[in-house]
Parts: sequence; C-alpha cells; structure tokens
Amino acid sequence: MSNWIIVPVVLPAFTACFLVAALRFQLRWQRAVSIVSTAMLFGVAIGLYVLAAAGEPRPYLLGNWPAPFGIVLVLDRLSALMVLLTSGLALLVVLYASAGWDEKGRHFHALFHFQLLGINGAFLTGDVFNLFVFFEVLLIASYGLMLHGGGPGRLKAGFQYVAINLVASTVFLFAVGLIYAVTGTLNMADLAVKVGQVQAGDVALLRTGALLLFGVFAVKAALVPLHWWLPMAYAAAPAPSAALFAVMTKVGAYSILRVYTLIFGAEAGPLADAAAPILLPAALVTLAVGTIGVLASRTLIELACYSVVTSMGTLLIAVGVFDALSISAALYYLLHSTLVAAVLFLLVDLVAERRGRFLGRLIPSPPFGHALLLGGLFFLTALAMVGLPPLSGFLGKLLILDATRDSPQSAAIWWAILGTSLLLTVGFARAGSVVFWKQGNGRIAGPRTGGTRVLPISVVLVLLALTAVLSIAAGPIMHEMNLTAEQLLDPARYVRAVLGGGRAFASAVEL
Amino acid sequence: MELLVASGIGMMTAVGIYLILLRRAFPVVIGLSFLSYAVNVFLFAMGRLAINRPPILVDGVTEYTDPLPQALVLTAIVISFGMTALIVVLSLRGFLETGTDSVDLGGVEPRPRSGRKRP
Repeated sequence: MSNWIIVPVVLPAFTACFLVAALRFQLRWQRAVSIVSTAMLFGVAIGLYVLAAAGEPRPYLLGNWPAPFGIVLVLDRLSALMVLLTSGLALLVVLYASAGWDEKGRHFHALFHFQLLGINGAFLTGDVFNLFVFFEVLLIASYGLMLHGGGPGRLKAGFQYVAINLVASTVFLFAVGLIYAVTGTLNMADLAVKVGQVQAGDVALLRTGALLLFGVFAVKAALVPLHWWLPMAYAAAPAPSAALFAVMTKVGAYSILRVYTLIFGAEAGPLADAAAPILLPAALVTLAVGTIGVLASRTLIELACYSVVTSMGTLLIAVGVFDALSISAALYYLLHSTLVAAVLFLLVDLVAERRGRFLGRLIPSPPFGHALLLGGLFFLTALAMVGLPPLSGFLGKLLILDATRDSPQSAAIWWAILGTSLLLTVGFARAGSVVFWKQGNGRIAGPRTGGTRVLPISVVLVLLALTAVLSIAAGPIMHEMNLTAEQLLDPARYVRAVLGGGRAFASAVEL
Repeated sequence: MELLVASGIGMMTAVGIYLILLRRAFPVVIGLSFLSYAVNVFLFAMGRLAINRPPILVDGVTEYTDPLPQALVLTAIVISFGMTALIVVLSLRGFLETGTDSVDLGGVEPRPRSGRKRP
C-alpha cells in the first residue's frame, strides 16, 4: 500500500513525457490523456489521504535504501492534504484550459503535468535537497506555463519572474550548504534529531542557514518585502496557469510549516522556533500591503493578484503563532484561499474576454455578455475572498481570530485582520460596481459568446460550490485539520516513522 | 587554501550581486551565472576542503573526502545550466520582440492579456 506514495510524482512525469513524445500534434488526444491522467491523480490523492488519515506518517524509501542514506518520500496528513488539494484544483483547471486556452501555444498539457510533478514532489519529499530539486521542477514548468501564449508583455514579466526565482534558488543552495556543513545530513527527520544536538560554536552558522532558507520560502509565499514579483507575474500569466499558481504560493507556506515545525520547531534546542520572530510581523505587513494593493488596483487582474497577497498574509499570520489551534485554522484558510484565488483568476479571465478592448480595466464599459451571471459570481467570490458570511472565507477568518485570541500579539492580529477586511470589502465593492453596474450605452464588440462556453463557467461554479461545501462541512473538516496540526506539532512521530526508531536510528546517530 | 577559496566565493558572489542589480538583461544573466558558480564552489567546500583523498571506498585507504556535496554540486550544476539556458532564450526573445534589453517594464502596465491572440 505504501508504494502508492510515489504515484503522485511518477504519474504526471510519465504523462508529461508521453504527451511530448507521442501526442505532440494531436490536441484532442492531448486533452483526453491529460484530463484522464489528472482524474486518476485525484483518485490516487483521495486514496493517499485515507491512508494518511489512518494514523502515523509513512515513509517511502526509494530503492529500499534505509533513511537517512537513501532518498525518502514521506506521506503524512499534511502532505496528503496538500496533494489532494493540488490534484483536485488541477482537475478543474485542466478542464477549464481544455475549453480553449491550450490552443494558444504548444505543450500546455505537458508543462501542466510537469508542474504537477514538481508540486506533488515538493509536498511529499522528506529531504531538503530534494525539496530544492522539486522546487526547480515546478518553477521551470511554471515559466513555460506563464509564457504560454507569448507576447512582449508576458516575456518582460517572465524575465523578471525567472530572475527572482533563480536568485532564490541560489540562496536555497547556500542555505542547504550551510545546514549540511553543520549537521552532515539533509534528511528532514535526521535533521530534526541533529539540529537539537548541535554544538554551541555552530549555532550561529546553523541559524544563518535556517534564516536563509526562510528567506527562500518567503519569496515563494510572497511575504513582504519579497512579494512584488507576484502581482506582476500572475497578472501576465494565462488564466488557467494563474489558477494553478494559486497552489504554488501555498508550496511556500507548506515549506515554512514543515521546516519550522519539524526541523527548527519547538524541540530544536538553541534554534527552537527560528522563524517565529520574523514570520508574524512580516505576515501582518503582507496583509496590509496587499490590502493597499487591492484598493489601488486599476485592473481586475491586479485586484485578484493583490488579494492573493492578502490571503497569504492572513494564512501566515495564523501559521506564525505556531500552536495547534492556529495551525489548524491556517490549514482551513489555506484550503479556502486556494480555491477562491483560483475562482477569482478564472472569473477575471471570463469577464475580460467578454469586455473586448476594455479587458479587465476598472472603467465603465458598454453592456457585455453574461454580465448578470458573471456579476453574481463575482459577488459571491468577493464575499468569500473578503471574508463575509456565508462562504468559507468568513469561517476561515473567524477561526483564525478565535485561535489567536490568547496570543500575546492578539491585539495586532485582530486589528490587522478586521481592519483589512473592511478595506478589502471597499476595494471589491468598488471594482464590482464599476465593472458590472456602471455600464454605458452601445454594444460591446467583443468575441461572440456561444454555447461552447458552458464548460468554463461550470468550472467556476464547481469551485464556488466547493467553498460552500467547505463552510457547510466545516465541523468534520476542522476535526481533520486539528488532527493534522497535532501530528505536525509532534515531530517525534515523523522522526520515528522515517528513521524506524530502532536500528537505523542508532546507526544514524553513530555516524 | 581556505582563504583563497573563501575569498573567491565572496568575490564571485559580490560580482554576481552587483551585476543582477543592473538594468539590462545581459549583465543580469551574467550575474546569475556568477552567483551559481559561487554557490557551486560553496557547496563543494561544505564537504570540507581535502586534497588527494578518494570519495569512494578504496582498499588500503582510511582518509576519505565527503562524496555527498560532490553529488549535490553535480545536480546544482545541471539545474543552473538549464535555468541559464532558459533565461538566455527568454531575454533574447524579449529583446527581439520589444527592441530593448532593459529589464524593467518601462512604465508599461503589465497588461493581463496583451499578448493574447483573438480567436
């Protein structure tokens, strides 16, 4: 049964290679294979979640080399949850893309599966260097997806996106080097043991490594002041890619959660909670800066990008408290914010497509097709994104507020979340009323809207329905999230599962 | 030798950082290459500097050098090579399509779908 853990990495890899090698010119077949493969991935992800929910973390030893010598993948509740979220979102996004976006360039589906390979690998790996490798895989695929369709604007934004990520990768390698130099291992479970026993003279070096690593994850998670690449890159990316990228910022949040609970967590001796003093203030500033961005945005896509920044801020505020209650609230908010960000990107694309030369700009335009339906959907999405009842955004923010009530920084957190929610409401209300209400005379000369456009709108509807499910089933889901957070805050279970507790562990310590 | 290697890494990093702060694509690409050279040597040195020691088991040898950083460096070299190739192509395409190799967006709004072809 444990062999299934490798499937979320291997299946997209084979699919992508098959698409490039065998179906290069048959777009219809590409779509079919891509959708079937993503659906299979979703099925496997459900199976893995059931497996992970059954109890302890499970390692998968590649080539059956014992950890920490071989490469290891680890399935626990958190990684299973993230893989499930990714594959579910991917299934909907690939359906959306198959309605037309994939015609605008070559190899969309192959790149899409390479991206899934990278994301799933990053969630499942139990080794810091492999985390770097999977980051690179997902990044190089994301460059391709972002540039899908071409054009000068996209190329310029793409260059900056690639450059910032290359710098981040270099910093990642410096951090990995420092950590290896001090501890002599890169296996996460082994690191969790070794970091606690580090000699006094090496603490400063190891702390440098830990904080450099935090810097890299902060770039991925778009934490202020390392957030400015996000609005530029996501605004230039094609809508389905941007919707999938909604899960990519969560890779950064996941890495922060994993590394700073397992390796540099509460039991790391002199390095305990290495990231906590920076994370919470940075997250508060991120929330504020994102909100200002939402208020200042001149296009719908900028609005969507900055609201992603605000949701990362809110999410990382909850993570930054580092206790079981707030981490489970953060995980709930993570599910919600990924789905809603994806809805927002797809919806903005649908609106811009119908407004002809007005695109997504926040100026009044003549009436356009499906304005009522899209306006209604935008209203619901805005409610979810801002955090007003009845959708899951409200519950997510409520859970975070409740979980951080006893934290020493609770005043700052409450002020920040409640204040920015009000400002976000203003920002979204302004955007929505300009685009959907203030319509002038005349007729839009945009593309026709026919019966073939049912699929994209139904994808948006399904995503919105999922956020409704999140709020209806909040009780059972929060129960799962609590168990996940508990497992996350007990690194000993992870270490025992990977290193086997007995012989392998003893030999690891000996070396 | 430690001083030489350390100052070499420091020099390459400094040059790399200076170059990536410039406004044109070409120096940025060269700067990124410098940074990746620096990090490769850095990773290599993390296994401690040792001369004339084998990385794999050999009969009659007791002193070894750490093979793992060498494997890490190989991976890092391959990845940074691929990434450099990609960014070279990207900056070349950008130069050909916009006529300038300036890296900033030049006051042009990142229009969401400026490159999109109408069906």
